[in-house]
Amino acid sequence: MFNKILLASDGSEYAIRATEKAIEVAKCNPETTIHVVYVAGDSKGDVLQNWNTLGAQDKRKEKVSPSVEKLEAARIKYEVKYLHGEPGPAIVKHANENDFDLVVVGSRGRNRLQELVLGSVSHKVAKRACCAVMIIK
Amino acid sequence: MNTIKEQWFGNVRGDILAGIVVALALIPEAIAFSIIAGVDPMVGLYASFIIAVVIAFVGGRAGMISGATGAMALLMIPLIAQYGLEYLLAATILTGILQILFGVLKLARYMKFIPRSVMVGFVNALAILIFEAQIPHLFGQGWLVLGLAGATLAIIYLFPYISKVIPSTLVAIVIITGYTMFTGLNVFTVGNMGALPETLPIFLIPNVPLSYETLAIIFPFALALTVVGILESLLTATIVDDMTDTGSNKNRESRGQGIANIVTGFFGGMAGCAMIGQSVINVKSGGRGRLSSLVSGIVLILLILLLGNIVVQIPMAALAGVMVMVSISTFDWNSLRTLLIVPATDSIVMVVTVVTVVLTHDLSKGVFAGILLSAIFFVSKISKISIKSELDTNKKKRTYFIKGQLFFASVTEPIAEFDFKEELNEVVLDFTHAHIWDDSAVAAMEKIITKFEDNGTDVEVTGLNEASTLLVDKLRHKLSSH
Repeated sequence: MFNKILLASDGSEYAIRATEKAIEVAKCNPETTIHVVYVAGDSKGDVLQNWNTLGAQDKRKEKVSPSVEKLEAARIKYEVKYLHGEPGPAIVKHANENDFDLVVVGSRGRNRLQELVLGSVSHKVAKRACCAVMIIK
Repeated sequence: MNTIKEQWFGNVRGDILAGIVVALALIPEAIAFSIIAGVDPMVGLYASFIIAVVIAFVGGRAGMISGATGAMALLMIPLIAQYGLEYLLAATILTGILQILFGVLKLARYMKFIPRSVMVGFVNALAILIFEAQIPHLFGQGWLVLGLAGATLAIIYLFPYISKVIPSTLVAIVIITGYTMFTGLNVFTVGNMGALPETLPIFLIPNVPLSYETLAIIFPFALALTVVGILESLLTATIVDDMTDTGSNKNRESRGQGIANIVTGFFGGMAGCAMIGQSVINVKSGGRGRLSSLVSGIVLILLILLLGNIVVQIPMAALAGVMVMVSISTFDWNSLRTLLIVPATDSIVMVVTVVTVVLTHDLSKGVFAGILLSAIFFVSKISKISIKSELDTNKKKRTYFIKGQLFFASVTEPIAEFDFKEELNEVVLDFTHAHIWDDSAVAAMEKIITKFEDNGTDVEVTGLNEASTLLVDKLRHKLSSH
């Protein structure tokens, strides 16, 4: 029933647990594709740290690699997509514009301080996404 | 975003809206940067208008915003103070010519020789200098001025929680200006800093003598402006590339910046370059195409022409508040967190770049100091070579294994590692894991061989790679001839 799953991943332990649950859901249906999404928030910082976009992209690949490895091992069809902007709104926009059936997201991410100030990404996604949302504790 | 049509009209609605937002955010900055440089506010406003419009046509990175910038303004301070505006305009035109040369000669690829830590030092130093320039506008004028600046900052940082459609810097400027106008507070305003004629810029040839003396005055400034302008523009272009997942033509961008600076110089504007902050605002507001830059320039000048009499009422304290925000967002705070994690040499290069800039007030000097220091660190890192040896007691033969890069910096110390006095029949120098780079290395090798031979020991050289062999053959011949 869930053909198109959006998995938000930032390489944190919550994201890894979210990956595991997303794989369990995906195994129920051979048609399922999991779209791993990573949101790069700070282009300026990433470019400064790496000088060029290639280096910045390598860093992002590293961030999603724990999720990708698990998907490879489980032999699930997957795609990786990098978004830019603030994590919450970027994930919501991507989910709503591309007709996803399910969004899987960890309850917490990397940045505790940011969460305190801006509210959690999972909360924003649950509130504003038009499809089913699974929040992994 | 490949065809010209797409670059212009691929995103009309987003570009127009983002262009308006950028124009609103540009006004306070253009005025504040003029004041940093020490010229009338109109010089920065004309520059931002002309550069934004010209770059829309000739730039290499669609969706990037250029205008009068802090980095460039900081370089102009001594030129303005000593020689005045006309020389700045001449220097601006010369900067444009040098930047076009940079683009035509396709020098953008050499930007890779600027290490990451120098770039980080560059933006951090820029942030510190912008902040430093605000100190006279903030302190020593009573609590009222500090209070207004504080209120400006509070609005800038808190207003986005209410709405993100209007730039919060503009909201802050409007509220603070409105407050001081209605309460009749007696504070320094933009009007106190210089005239703001409500006219369009006109074409003028800078009023300087066309002589060698003029060139000698403006050339060093133009060179520094060229380097800093290209550096910030290409850095911004890379950031926009990354944010939009598209590519850009860096050499065309260098050329475009040059053309824009030549035009702005002839129309009474100061030299400028791409703006990181404004470009990020543009992309985040939905701007992608060339239209966004054009719209921002036109809306900026229309607003100034229509609202000039209100613009002169903006308190300097509010502008200083905006500049403090610009300085905070320019600083790469991440670099403080990683200061102790990254290799110590990288941190030293970053700090030296910052300190050089803060002491000399010249961003280009900091960049040169940083590059030089990085080069020295790099040379000293790769100049570490290791020498191990093995003794065959039966044959009285010792084999030296030399490993590393042999060049001028690495060949003086290792000579001490060889024991020339040892009683041996034969010595083998194994260069399998070494590379000989220059004549110093060949000369050192010669010296080692002759020293052994003087002692009656036969020397055999093995394992030289092809490039090293060629160099040795070529140089041994030449060196022995003198």
